[in-house]
Amino acid sequence: MSEQLVVDEEKIQEILHRWETSPRFLVEILQDIQEEYHYLPREILIEVSRQLNVPLSRIYHIATFFKAFTLEPRGKHLINVCMGTACQVKGAPRIIDAVERELAIKPGETTKDRKFTLETVRCLGCCGLAPVVTVDGEVYGQVTPAKVSKILKKYD
Amino acid sequence: MPYRLNLMICTGTACVSNRAFDIIEALEKEIKKHNLDAEVAIVPTGCNGFCAQGPIVVVQPDGIFYQRLTTKDIPYLVEEHFLKGRPVQKFMYRPPERKEPIPVMSEIPFFKDQMLIALRNRGLINPENIDDYIARDGYKALAKVLTSMTPEQVIQEITASGLRGRGGGGFPTGIKWKYCRQAPGKEHYVICNADEGDPGAFMDRSIIEGDPHSVLEGMAIAAYAVGAKQGYIYVRMEYPLAVKRFKLAIQQARDYGLLGKDILGCGFDFDVEVRRGAGAFVCGESTALMASLEGKVGEPRAKYIHTVEAGLWMQPTVLNNVETLANVPVIILKGAKWFSSIGTGDVSENPWGGSTGTKVFSLAGKVNNTGLVEVPMGISLRDIVFKIGGGIPKGKKFKAVQTGGPSGGFIPESLLDLPVDFDALTEAGSMMGSGGMVVIDEDDCIVDMARYFIDFLKGESCGKCTPCREGLRAMSEILNRICEGKGQEDDIDKLEELGRTMVDCSLCALGGSAPNPVLSTLRYFREEYEEHIKQRKCRAGVCRALITFTIDPEKCTGCRVCAMQCPQQCISGEAKKPHRIDQSRCIKCGVCYDVCKFDAVIRK
Amino acid sequence: MGKLTIQELEKLREKAREQLKLRTTGETRGKIIVHMGTCGISAGARDVLSALLEAIEKKGIKDIIVTTSGCAGMCSREPMATVELAGQPPVKYVDLDKDKIVRILEEHVIGGKIVKEYALGIGSERVG
Repeated sequence: MSEQLVVDEEKIQEILHRWETSPRFLVEILQDIQEEYHYLPREILIEVSRQLNVPLSRIYHIATFFKAFTLEPRGKHLINVCMGTACQVKGAPRIIDAVERELAIKPGETTKDRKFTLETVRCLGCCGLAPVVTVDGEVYGQVTPAKVSKILKKYD
Repeated sequence: MPYRLNLMICTGTACVSNRAFDIIEALEKEIKKHNLDAEVAIVPTGCNGFCAQGPIVVVQPDGIFYQRLTTKDIPYLVEEHFLKGRPVQKFMYRPPERKEPIPVMSEIPFFKDQMLIALRNRGLINPENIDDYIARDGYKALAKVLTSMTPEQVIQEITASGLRGRGGGGFPTGIKWKYCRQAPGKEHYVICNADEGDPGAFMDRSIIEGDPHSVLEGMAIAAYAVGAKQGYIYVRMEYPLAVKRFKLAIQQARDYGLLGKDILGCGFDFDVEVRRGAGAFVCGESTALMASLEGKVGEPRAKYIHTVEAGLWMQPTVLNNVETLANVPVIILKGAKWFSSIGTGDVSENPWGGSTGTKVFSLAGKVNNTGLVEVPMGISLRDIVFKIGGGIPKGKKFKAVQTGGPSGGFIPESLLDLPVDFDALTEAGSMMGSGGMVVIDEDDCIVDMARYFIDFLKGESCGKCTPCREGLRAMSEILNRICEGKGQEDDIDKLEELGRTMVDCSLCALGGSAPNPVLSTLRYFREEYEEHIKQRKCRAGVCRALITFTIDPEKCTGCRVCAMQCPQQCISGEAKKPHRIDQSRCIKCGVCYDVCKFDAVIRK
Repeated sequence: MGKLTIQELEKLREKAREQLKLRTTGETRGKIIVHMGTCGISAGARDVLSALLEAIEKKGIKDIIVTTSGCAGMCSREPMATVELAGQPPVKYVDLDKDKIVRILEEHVIGGKIVKEYALGIGSERVG
């Protein structure tokens, strides 16, 4: 992707202010940036590093350590397949397979047309509805492999 | 001349308000229309006591009882019954159906054996309204400790109650507080661990979402006991609703002066900040959590010095789990004696002497009633799974219950009568953990489950120490190989040796307990491992390399449903004739098995 | 309200208790609690709540309070709601949807007859 990201300085300032522009809130700051951009753009991490006076390597250390962060842009729709124990027992791996077959991407990847990103989550805490899939936060419970394509069609 | 029929019409207050006079008018009109006025009399009566069903007409001499009539019903009623002599069924009174009466909540099996302490307000209060919490004795315990107890007395009370850490460790809460209070430091901190990372566990989420103030009150009492002014709540980001409710609760408590400076005018200062985790399982570990709070990577450190002495910012810190804290206000109000009378063992001399109080479990997996249950310690696993959980769906056979999350273990049927307490579960090779309970049945492969947990932990190991990082990687390799039908003779020995090394040499509890899923399954389900390795067989039909899907020509009706759904399009056959699966192209996705309505697809 | 003293907290408790308890006379005749934990919301509790609020507005009902609460514990039967009418034990309803909650409003809350098909049970759980 060659599109150049425009660094919105004001936006970054605003996020940093929310957290007292203090490195002790780095994890929270990165979360807010990710909420804004849906990933952590390098240009912005550089800016954060400069403003907080924290080495970029330390920011990358955190950004790559925690599961919540991604350094790659995501697709328009985010599919999360819950891989908690209850979902596992009720067939989550086969749900992943079905999504993989449907979209030809593996967990962590984005379709070529940038429409879908597939991710797995550890446990969404609604084990009573297992197996659970969310698309853009919308929850689908008791999913079967056969239902996957129907769900994805809604987002065409 | 006597009348052939007498229509006794109730004109009691209730029936009149139900328009009995309109009915009389309509009846008179219809009766006249059919020229029946010489045969049928209309008799207004007093109340006959069945007001709920009014308006009421009783037809004498037969005693036929019509109820809930409207004027629209009258022409039909007159024509059918009074003219043609056919009583109208649909207007008659029917006694309430003799169907099962609605059970009383406290007698429904799911609720009957539960006892609510941590979940005392569940479903009863609006979590976004502090007044609701206050109405149910909220902040009464805080007022009590601030006005009538010294910090030492609070610690004494909690120690005597036998309360042990609900997050999994089972360390006596009172002892933890005592050590922290005694430790010298510039500041003391209280942290609430709400980084509920165990997959299959959701009790903390439920407590926060349903009753956030109970946790805040517990934290304030802990802070008073250890001498802290600042508290932190570390919530996992996957629980946005919990974050929102905590923030709101803190704001409301501040507005009432229940947090902040000079709480309740008693000169005690304490405030709380909510912080979000960022999706790292290891951050449930105390030192990793504290590192993350400091804005660092969530890696644990060796605990030569305990966090109660040098925790957050190297200051004395108490870290308690959500459920533990929610128990605290009740213990203060009802007393240590009451709390320690619930549960197992004797904690009067030694806080490790038993497991007192209740424990909340999230029950999930292959069980009929999934949900959150709070039971007295000491109840048997069988009661939880079969009485409260209602047993296994579809009449399948129970295989094991997994307790304690990824670091816990599997408990087989033979140990189902085990009492649920900290020590009994540890002895059985599992652990209480945070209280996740996932039931698996005969359709689940034990080797595959062990592989699932090890793969999970492999992804979550922070990588700082070698036994955990490399041990999990090696275990994962072996387990994957076994599931793919490539297991080797000595794989079981290798797994056991790796497990022992990890238990002995890992830096933190994550690594030290990581082999539990493997070691506990080897202990109770060794023969399934051996089957996979020696006979290349998966009895549950889960491990793909070891199973095939075929169609039973006897049962197949040729409905074509499987053929249409097969992603490989490798099912052939004409409509209404038995189908076949092309084994060379089958990817064993199991879709055909799921969609077949005639159980004609065989998985072996 | 400003910062509370101990005495004010107790006063507030009395007042809040009265509000939480249902008044047998006066303007409130009862309340409907929709259980809104993550599990309930995932199972559709939001739809149930909005359908209920809509129906109450349409019917012009003024004497019933609608409130929300956390998880009721039985996640496999979500969405759930509790109907508490003055002077009567609470009734828990399970597996709800938009139509069911409206029927409960009409038959139970207005009509006074418990909708047996949807009811799980009557009364409350055992609290500590």
